[in-house]
Amino acid sequence: MQEALIQDALRFRLPDAEPVDPSDIIEQAQVARRGSDVISRGLPLTIRGLRKSFGDHQVLRGIDLHIPAGQFVAIVGRSGCGKSTLLRLIAGLETIDAGTVSFGEEIRPEDVRVMFQEPRLLPWAKVLSNVEVGLGRDRASPDAQGRAEKALAEVGLEEKRGQWPAVLSGGQKQRVALARALVSDPRVLAFDEPLGALDALTRISMQRLLERVWRDQSFTAILVTHDVAEAVALADRVLVIEDGRIAHDVRIDIPRPRRRGSADLAALEGSILRDLLGAGDESTDI
Amino acid sequence: MSLIENLPRIRKLRLPRADGVVQWIVPLAIIAIWQAACVTGFVSSRVLPAPSDVALAGWKLLLSGELAQNIWVSFWRAGIGFIIGGSIGFAFGLANGLSQLSSRLTDTTLQMVRNIPHLALIPLVILWFGIDESAKLFLVALGVFFPIYLNTLHGVRTVDPQLIEMGRIYGMTDSELFRRVIFPGALPSIFVGVRFALGIMWLTLIVAETIAASSGLGYMAMQARELMQIDVVVLSILIYALLGKVADSASRALERLTLSWNPAFQKH
Repeated sequence: MQEALIQDALRFRLPDAEPVDPSDIIEQAQVARRGSDVISRGLPLTIRGLRKSFGDHQVLRGIDLHIPAGQFVAIVGRSGCGKSTLLRLIAGLETIDAGTVSFGEEIRPEDVRVMFQEPRLLPWAKVLSNVEVGLGRDRASPDAQGRAEKALAEVGLEEKRGQWPAVLSGGQKQRVALARALVSDPRVLAFDEPLGALDALTRISMQRLLERVWRDQSFTAILVTHDVAEAVALADRVLVIEDGRIAHDVRIDIPRPRRRGSADLAALEGSILRDLLGAGDESTDI
Repeated sequence: MSLIENLPRIRKLRLPRADGVVQWIVPLAIIAIWQAACVTGFVSSRVLPAPSDVALAGWKLLLSGELAQNIWVSFWRAGIGFIIGGSIGFAFGLANGLSQLSSRLTDTTLQMVRNIPHLALIPLVILWFGIDESAKLFLVALGVFFPIYLNTLHGVRTVDPQLIEMGRIYGMTDSELFRRVIFPGALPSIFVGVRFALGIMWLTLIVAETIAASSGLGYMAMQARELMQIDVVVLSILIYALLGKVADSASRALERLTLSWNPAFQKH
């Protein structure tokens, strides 16, 4: 099974593509198998020597990172550690000072989507046309409305299509924002604390929704969060950023669906929290 | 925060469906008291004619066609002046809100001109245009320009930058960004400008017509003063009030229509 997948992956590789680490292909196959039975349609991401400063302040001091296609990566760290900047650089929202971010092939703008902490819906557009915004250049195509309706159904809000955003709850607005991000079938989806402003219960149901759409659509997911429990519950891999560098790279091999509050999740959460807090204060004990 | 969010709802409670009737109670009561004061002789008719006399004067002028003629002339001047001044103000507001260069080039000049009371230009305008139509149009356009300019500029500059970033990420072209994000975002502020401008429009027109005109409501009032027709003077003043109210209601209706997405402008 695994060999067949590797063969597939090799066959579809472009001749001028960057040399691929064989372990990467195996990893990709594993990721794909865990998510669904097809090779991920997500994009792999390679970052080399990435640096970024704002004025005199060095935010990122050399990030090297490889994310195989279809992996769910969570990035955690203290406020101001540079995790959001890293995400914005990946999404192309900031200019790069030094280093490279590459997706292994030429991408269309519609391939990479970002979801923010704020829903950023147009208040003067009905829910459905807000989702259509996500189609980018395909907005004018005849099936635009159908695709938007499908994305809205995916997040369970088809009955709200004709509403103004102002009448939706915070969680519903964020689901519309998710539908807008999904409607163009992105291959990389970057989340910048998308659940940070939601109440605890809404957060949990949104986490389940995120996990479900990631499994269904098998994009590469990058989640910036300050909530370690959320990172551990959702991600295949948690990166701890300290002082503009990747300080820890933790694999989360717990099978899905994960049971919230289980002992192994809690143990991992505890150890990552210790890593995080240890950076600031050695004596901290949890 | 929660109180601000609830504001529209609180207003809804205080002003129920009878809103349309309630707002006329005070004006009608004032007219009733006024009528009573005149009929009982408490107020001399040389000081203030009774509302019934004013209505009678209005009826006579209506029959002669003079009233409709004067109202039309004033309305036309107000409208054309508003359209000219408003469009120029809107254009400058957009240009200076969207372009740094345009803003650096013109904003300082406009801010200096703004501090000259436009009515102070009346002597100059009469010298330039005489008591021609263009004099009135010029003054109205000038008066209307600034509130629309300032509020359009403010509206464009305060559009949520996060929405603009969102629009760019989702591949909107400049014209799409303007049509779908910037203009709708600036619209509430533009409407504030329009309502200010409507007030200034009437004010300017009254002054201009009173000083230099041979037709219009202001001219009618000045003519009546010379003939000691105090009822016609009061009539003109009341018509100005009514026209002002009509213009304000029209802009409110337009606001409700175009800003229906905003909970603050939903019907209540």
